Amino acid sequence: MSLLAAKVATARAAGALSRRSGRGGTSLPGKLLLRMEPDAVGALARRLRDGNAVISATNGKTTTAAMVASILERGGHRLVHNRAGANMAGGIAGTLLEAAGPNGSIDGDVGLFEIDEFWLDRLVGQLHPRALLLANLFRDQLDRYGELEAIADRWQSVVADAQDTTLVLNADDPLVADLGRERVGTDSVVFFGVEDPAMALDGMAHAADSKHCRRCGAPYHYDLIFLGHLGHYHCDACGATRPAPQVAAERVVLDGLRGARITMRLPAATVDVRLPLPGLYNVYNALAAAALAGALGATPDDIVAGLEEVAAAFGRAETVRVDGHDLLMLLVKNPAGANEVLRTLALEDGEHDLLAVLNDHTADGRDVSWIWDADFEKLAGRLRHVTCSGTRAPEMALRLKYAGVPEDRLTVEPDLASGLDRALAAVPEQPGLLVAIPTYTAMLELRRELVTRGVAGSSFG
Amino acid sequence: MAERTLRVCALYPDLMNIYADRGNMLMLERRCAWRGIGFELTAAGLGDPVDPDAHDLFYLGGGQDRDQQLCAQDLVDTKRDALHAAAGRGAVVMGICGGIQLLGDHYELGTERVPGIGLADLHTVRAIDGSRLIGNVAIEVELPGLDGPRVLAGFENHGGRTYLAAGEVPLGRVLKGHGNDGRSGFEGVLRGTVIGTYLHGPLLPKNAWFADWLMATALGVDPGSLSALDDRLEDAAHQSARHAAGV
Repeated sequence: MSLLAAKVATARAAGALSRRSGRGGTSLPGKLLLRMEPDAVGALARRLRDGNAVISATNGKTTTAAMVASILERGGHRLVHNRAGANMAGGIAGTLLEAAGPNGSIDGDVGLFEIDEFWLDRLVGQLHPRALLLANLFRDQLDRYGELEAIADRWQSVVADAQDTTLVLNADDPLVADLGRERVGTDSVVFFGVEDPAMALDGMAHAADSKHCRRCGAPYHYDLIFLGHLGHYHCDACGATRPAPQVAAERVVLDGLRGARITMRLPAATVDVRLPLPGLYNVYNALAAAALAGALGATPDDIVAGLEEVAAAFGRAETVRVDGHDLLMLLVKNPAGANEVLRTLALEDGEHDLLAVLNDHTADGRDVSWIWDADFEKLAGRLRHVTCSGTRAPEMALRLKYAGVPEDRLTVEPDLASGLDRALAAVPEQPGLLVAIPTYTAMLELRRELVTRGVAGSSFG
Repeated sequence: MAERTLRVCALYPDLMNIYADRGNMLMLERRCAWRGIGFELTAAGLGDPVDPDAHDLFYLGGGQDRDQQLCAQDLVDTKRDALHAAAGRGAVVMGICGGIQLLGDHYELGTERVPGIGLADLHTVRAIDGSRLIGNVAIEVELPGLDGPRVLAGFENHGGRTYLAAGEVPLGRVLKGHGNDGRSGFEGVLRGTVIGTYLHGPLLPKNAWFADWLMATALGVDPGSLSALDDRLEDAAHQSARHAAGV
């Protein structure tokens, strides 16, 4: 038994022990392994015959990875994938640990890792991915991540050190697209973007970021804005411009909460995709997934079929049946993501019943200021009833009051289980639709509650 | 036409808005509307001149480093004199987060020295190790026109340490959190109607009573003269923010 194998076995045993004692422990074995063997991620990833791919972004990492997995699995690949979204060093190590077998073997041929935007520099150097997808950067958890420009700077150095890695970048996000500026016109970068002017917004959202040229500091001029600061832009001062995307949504039709239809131009063919996930943000996720999977060799047929059959990731546009109602969970964690969820809800006719759960644990961001940057005003006139729950429930309710929701339509119930009951009881139709918009830890808590009630499957793996 | 109008000038709202500063504007706007007080919001961006007599409250939020440096120079070049004149005649000039840093004399960022507009006698130094003071915070304040001390609750996230000159008065005393420099126990600055604080972004939604005090001070009326509103939700939100800070 090699030294690494012994450490792998030890870490695994510790994980099993922790699970048996009911302390969960998804990232514990990985963390333990890293303590014994700091290079374990690199060492185990080298066992993957067809290498690995890495995904990072502020929004959409888990869903995009689920799409890529769905595409690659159709192509016959067996993936080692941190499916449950544990995306820091311990989670990646744990995922590899889980798949590692005896005599240097590993159960899978391709690695697919979503990685927290802050951990990218530490992990990409070890993983040496074949392709690196950087999909977007939005204002998020400033207490934890700091300023966007600082993350972009870190990503810049990751990209500079990954010369053998194909970059897959969002052409519509100036902060991200600029990371590929030295590679434009080579086959070591693939850009994706939206080309349908019908998807453009009237103006920039209040909380839009990255309004100034990454190269010269002058304000960008936007011809089209699709989502936050994503759009068609150029800089009049220095001539910087949005790169032409090789993977593009030429035409998009949003079908409310049901999904979207996309005419997607791939390098080899133009295809029609019926995406079962809603909203323009998921169209962006689908473009990113198609571009990344294509860079890894997936065929247009597999891309279409993989996207059309993708299942909602954990708590992201996941629907469960509870008390005779459909409960749709839409994770919200920052203004840009919240705005897209609100925009998607606004596509549906009629008034909505909402369960808004605002937590302030570390993984949510301790600072709940961001709710004032999200445009709840857009939906305020269309809310029949909102139950506000979570550790900062009253502040969520106050945000909605000032967005224009009448106070008699607001209920404050910090306890999530009771909040869920009250929200369900407030839905007048039978069966009706209750939309839950939880922050990250609130989503996990809500799912646990639904599992306890026997209405949701426990999780992955 | 409303009898009175609160005229607010937001300085660089497209650049200095990193922590949801819009929440503060919204709070003032709605609470004016519910009381039949007019509300007028004007934006002053890079290069725009400011009329010191045209506004009752000047608001300066926080921004990313690069944006803040752009604004610092512009403030000195195009707005300093007007803001001094406005404060001199009793208009409120309020700087939050990055805003308090720019109200002072200067901000040292390593070897660089970003100028302030000198409305308050303070200066700010970026911590050598780059560490930030982050977390929920609660401070105790005593403000003119209010009987007894009150609590302001909020969230701070700043790399700068702000030092008040001798004789300069802080906005409040830190109950929980870091405050201006993490040591002195002081938070913010209060000099007449010039107010600076690190309690960022939606400070007013977390402290509706303070929104009213600001509104009254800017309008030049007694805070007690504002009509009462149904503030049950506002009070619950205030308690929630205090609870988060442990007070």
